[in-house]
Amino acid sequence: MIENGIGASVRRKEDQRFLIGKGNYTDDINVAGQTHAVFVRSPHAHAEIKGIDCSDALAAPGVVAVLTGDDLAADGIGPLICGVTVTSDDGEPHRAPAHPALAQGKVNYVGDHVAIVIAETRAQARDAAELVDVDYSVLPAVIDTGSAADSGQPQIHEVAPDNVCYNWPFGDKEGVEAAFAGAHKVSKLDLVNNRMVTNPMEPRAALGEYNQGMDEITLHLTTQNPHVHRLVLSAFNQLAPEHKLRVVGPDVGGGFGAKIFVYAEELVVGWACRKIKRPVKWNGDRTEAFLADAHGRDHVSTAEMAMDENGKFLAMRVQTQANLGAYLSTFSTMVPSYLYAFLLAGQYSTPLIYSEVKAVFTNTAPVDACRGAGRPEATYLVERLVDICAADMGLDPAEIRRRNFIPVDAFPYQTPVVQCYDSGDYPAALDKAMELADYSGFSARAEEAKSRGKLRGIGLSSYVEACGIAPSAAVGQLGAGVGLWESAQVRFNPTGNVQVFTGTHSHGQGHETTFAQLVCDQLGVPIENIEVIHGDTARTQFGMGTYGSRSLAVGGVAIARACDKLIAKGKKIAAHALEAAEGDIEFVDGNFSVAGTDKAMNIAEVAFTAYVPHSYPEGVEPGFDENAFFDPTNFSFPAGTHICEVEVDPDTGVVEVVKYSAVDDFGRLINPMIVEGQVHGGIAHGVGQALLEGCSYDSEGQLVTASYMDYAMPRADNLPSFDIDYAPTNPPDNPLGVKGCGEAGAIGAPPAVINAISNALGVRHIDMPATPEAVWRAAQQAAAVSA
Amino acid sequence: MSTVSMTVNGKAVCGEVESRTLLVQFLRENLGLTGTHVGCDTSQCGACVIHVNGKSVKSCTMLAIQADGADVTTIEGLADEAGLHPMQQAFMDNHGLQCGFCTPGMVMSALDIVNRNGNELDESTVRKELEGNICRCTGYHNIVKAVQAGAKAMGGS
Repeated sequence: MIENGIGASVRRKEDQRFLIGKGNYTDDINVAGQTHAVFVRSPHAHAEIKGIDCSDALAAPGVVAVLTGDDLAADGIGPLICGVTVTSDDGEPHRAPAHPALAQGKVNYVGDHVAIVIAETRAQARDAAELVDVDYSVLPAVIDTGSAADSGQPQIHEVAPDNVCYNWPFGDKEGVEAAFAGAHKVSKLDLVNNRMVTNPMEPRAALGEYNQGMDEITLHLTTQNPHVHRLVLSAFNQLAPEHKLRVVGPDVGGGFGAKIFVYAEELVVGWACRKIKRPVKWNGDRTEAFLADAHGRDHVSTAEMAMDENGKFLAMRVQTQANLGAYLSTFSTMVPSYLYAFLLAGQYSTPLIYSEVKAVFTNTAPVDACRGAGRPEATYLVERLVDICAADMGLDPAEIRRRNFIPVDAFPYQTPVVQCYDSGDYPAALDKAMELADYSGFSARAEEAKSRGKLRGIGLSSYVEACGIAPSAAVGQLGAGVGLWESAQVRFNPTGNVQVFTGTHSHGQGHETTFAQLVCDQLGVPIENIEVIHGDTARTQFGMGTYGSRSLAVGGVAIARACDKLIAKGKKIAAHALEAAEGDIEFVDGNFSVAGTDKAMNIAEVAFTAYVPHSYPEGVEPGFDENAFFDPTNFSFPAGTHICEVEVDPDTGVVEVVKYSAVDDFGRLINPMIVEGQVHGGIAHGVGQALLEGCSYDSEGQLVTASYMDYAMPRADNLPSFDIDYAPTNPPDNPLGVKGCGEAGAIGAPPAVINAISNALGVRHIDMPATPEAVWRAAQQAAAVSA
Repeated sequence: MSTVSMTVNGKAVCGEVESRTLLVQFLRENLGLTGTHVGCDTSQCGACVIHVNGKSVKSCTMLAIQADGADVTTIEGLADEAGLHPMQQAFMDNHGLQCGFCTPGMVMSALDIVNRNGNELDESTVRKELEGNICRCTGYHNIVKAVQAGAKAMGGS
């Protein structure tokens, strides 16, 4: 057993710098000659721009430049793109309106980008931005998700009649209809998946530098995927050729999806620094994050389940209208389609599933991936519907799940919705979670709560998700413009320490530690001699970044493969040095030895020999530095059961989460401490969605929840401590035996919370967020009905 | 422009600021102490918490000129040659941070909680007291544990 290897809760290597205030976030970086940018944003949800007068702004103190969409167009920069094509039911690709980085003639949401003002100081830029005089002619706006495609609604984009981006039917419609026709019972539920603002704590920022001598742009960005940014900015936005563009994602203060996408500000800052030949820094404030970060979720759905007389699921039918906002963000189209409908089987052996998704445009901020992306929406729908089914059949929610779980011996299990789950043991997780939650003791606790005038409820959520994104061939068939492999380079220096270069990006996930543990375990190098490097296109060879819980399941395997190559090469070098046959060399715990002898050399000595090859095997290259690319053969399928117990005060509607138990299957854990932290954060995100967070526009498209005064983020006193355990299986499709863990909590939690509240109130359904007002009203209604 | 002078992390400093310059801007931009972060613009998130004359303050909600003559401590002022402050160490040992952005404010708030409530803190006190600091990564579970452990360590037990 190697110290600090796989399975050890090693303290994080990255913590030291964060704890002493020496993190290096984008806004912490300042360069000589730097200017400051502020964006002029639309105050209207939908308006024509009749003219822009920049003269007063240009004359203001300290102003260096004011640039608009005309300047951008004249230089041939942009527009922004969406990287995944979804084919609509008419056989045509989804409708893709032009998305200029600075508005050209029209604005389509409050916060839309109109101009960039660049000045010597941020305060001067802010002052001057107020002086940019934009002549707007306001148009009627489309805001509401459910009615955006109704006849008579204003049209946002000419290319998208009825504001429809795509209609996407998927599954066996006839089979499902036949099953419904012959069903013993049909359960039905209308539900809304509330719009969220992702809210990583570090606002987005960009710092662009132009090196005129080399004709190179360096962009420091708050990005989860520097190479994806470089690729898109170069290949599609014409910012600069890839080899003349460096993108650095330094320390990034949380992402949760919001920092995957290529945003207008990033392109414009990169372009502007070359145009004015001075560094340009933009640091968004929180209001801008609310207005112009891509939002998440925002579905309106109807779900139906057909059952036989035993509560066995025969078929499921789903209709969803999904709001994509005013323009298509980078990966937006795939979220309510591939990342959603392919998860509708959940943990169940429902043989027939049919869904229709209509994606619509509205005059709101673009909507794209937010922690879980499509999978929380699918899970919420399935797990709410299953509870409705249980109620309609008079079964305990745990029992109906058990009756419909995919059997343990059915893996690998081909669902009717594309995905083939490689491993799972759903009853094991349910059993363990029920034990952890003391499910059988609930009724006594409910009685006790009742004596205090409180309503206690318990809710289950048995989720599965598809992450570890993703096999390139699979996503290619679906219309993705990129491959989703990952790369790694593992380099020994002559003195024996190791640098690990990964194409993934850590913005809180602790890769500097987890990946170092992988290498420590495989190569037997002390963890303090291993450094993980990420987030800079000039340092790492390539990579697709971090999202979709892919970093370990895909990027980790690439690292392991690079280590395999080092071991193979090391055996040749050691065989020569130890005067043995290569086939007789064994590698254990960092030592190459000749089998059956005490002749050995450690890997640091081998590395030194590779760089100082005075006596060296013929035909072997000097150097000890290998790279590997890994393209997964399947997604990763974490799963588990979460159980939430709540206490509702019927007089105030306040919901207290009194106990939260989660049992997850993440396969093999590399660093259990870090995994547990990921689960905690995911659950908090999910509880936030269920109880607190609701992004709200008024009927004119003004964002009324544009600050932390109005948008309720979960705080320490909104949450309990969590009870976490695991019921692992061994995923055969992942060479490391690992599954993703970063999104699971956000996927599992919302239905667990709402199932618990519905249970407490004795109501069929309550929409998220279950605010005190909504819960109080539901409690009043329930009391009136039972009275 | 006005001149302000104050003591920051034990050192006398001074600088030229506009009257509208926030204390956090003075720390970050004039002094280069970028450990103090800005996560919102409504004094809600607590990423900018520092100590002014021994009390926790959201440095985005105070003007630099208001701190003239004050004794200021930021996250950079906690660790010494011997190593991390016990509260910083407790955050590391309990995995009380992930992306690190809210961490400086959390640690500074935690110290203020200990100053006002002592070294034996129950979970509910810590949760209520952390109401002014938002974290999106950790779900607070490990932050609460860290604050309790740090408080205890500061008491020498």
